Amino acid sequence: MVTPAPQRLALPKYRRDPDGTHPPLDSPDYRSTRLRHPKQPLVLMPQRLTEVTGPLLGPGRLGEHDNDLTRGRDGEPQGQRIIVTGRLLDGDGRPVRNSLVEIWQANAGGRYRHIGDRWPAPLDPNFDGVGRTLTDDDGRYEFTTIKPGAYPWKNHDNAWRPAHIHFSVFGTAFTQRLVTQMYFPDDPLFAQDPIFNSVPDEKARQRMISRFDLDRTEEHWALAFQFDIVLRGREASVFEEEEDDDE
Amino acid sequence: MSTPSQTVGPFLSIGLPWEDGPDVVAIDEPGAVWIRGTVFDGEGEPVPDALVETWQADAEGRFDHPDDPRDARSRDFRGFGRCPTDEHGAYGIRTVVPGALPGQAPHIDVSVLARGLLSRVVTRVYFEDLDNDGDPVLAVVPAERRATLIAKRTEDGYRFDVRLQGDGETVFFDL
Repeated sequence: MVTPAPQRLALPKYRRDPDGTHPPLDSPDYRSTRLRHPKQPLVLMPQRLTEVTGPLLGPGRLGEHDNDLTRGRDGEPQGQRIIVTGRLLDGDGRPVRNSLVEIWQANAGGRYRHIGDRWPAPLDPNFDGVGRTLTDDDGRYEFTTIKPGAYPWKNHDNAWRPAHIHFSVFGTAFTQRLVTQMYFPDDPLFAQDPIFNSVPDEKARQRMISRFDLDRTEEHWALAFQFDIVLRGREASVFEEEEDDDE
Repeated sequence: MSTPSQTVGPFLSIGLPWEDGPDVVAIDEPGAVWIRGTVFDGEGEPVPDALVETWQADAEGRFDHPDDPRDARSRDFRGFGRCPTDEHGAYGIRTVVPGALPGQAPHIDVSVLARGLLSRVVTRVYFEDLDNDGDPVLAVVPAERRATLIAKRTEDGYRFDVRLQGDGETVFFDL
């Protein structure tokens, strides 16, 4: 085997999340999982260099107004203007700095700008529903957007998705990659939504719900919601990976 | 406490694809190869609404990342690729074959995200024409399933299909 020069590597190790934090891949109430979840058990992978490193995607991925979804078209989009802020943190409360945050969402009527979304709510010529930003030195991000509407889908009789914004974040390691959905407080649609309820742990589910943030509202302009995203933390101690001495 | 994972849903193509997403390296990079494949579901049907993401070392086996303790200097190698599947379930990533890592055969980490996947699934690409003996991750995979992780040589690179479920189901890892 081709191996670089012998050395000892001190690598971080990422803690496993407690059971119930993430949804099981086989979640029958969400019907699309039926043919898409692996049936073989996942193989426990030792974390090595590839897993404890990860893409560090910076300013080159951003356009000028990418964190303001209400701009970029000729006019203002329809709907309730909102500010969404929060911090990207690791499991030890440390900010994840200069890290890419990507979002996408439906418009105020619950319609996505996508060829596959055919339900009869109007598209908004002034809303694309896609945003990006980088976290700052405190791990903070901020978006200005429109509160997305709920929308129907065909999972079960009279099924409706609660209003949500999709979030995609990377952290600093392959182990930390996360795509989630941010929900809004007190949504009456939670009880019937198998995607929200796919998360087994009640407290973990609550962590997907943003908090109304009166302090960040802008008078006569926008409501505000706060949503922190927490990624896996590191073990307290690093471990040493012994080098093979075969070259 | 970690934020839970949720599915990317059917409309990930609004937010996640980048024009240069599949280009881990430039078109004129010496040794550039295409890794192409199809994502299949449990009935063998192609999955047209998935996203394949890759993460890898450069041709010398180095990561442009501060937690790679072997070399602090920046190599300006993105190492990351992402490609949505098309209507036939196909994806393609243009990259270089990574160098070997300490004690490991050359490999690429892969995430697959899709409607119907409430979390990403994670797998690894190895290369059929390279020496994979003694790789510690392949070693924990049941021998009869290892072939699902080995990309096959093609005219312009390698083929790596992903079978989410059923016959020939790809090995997925719990990190």
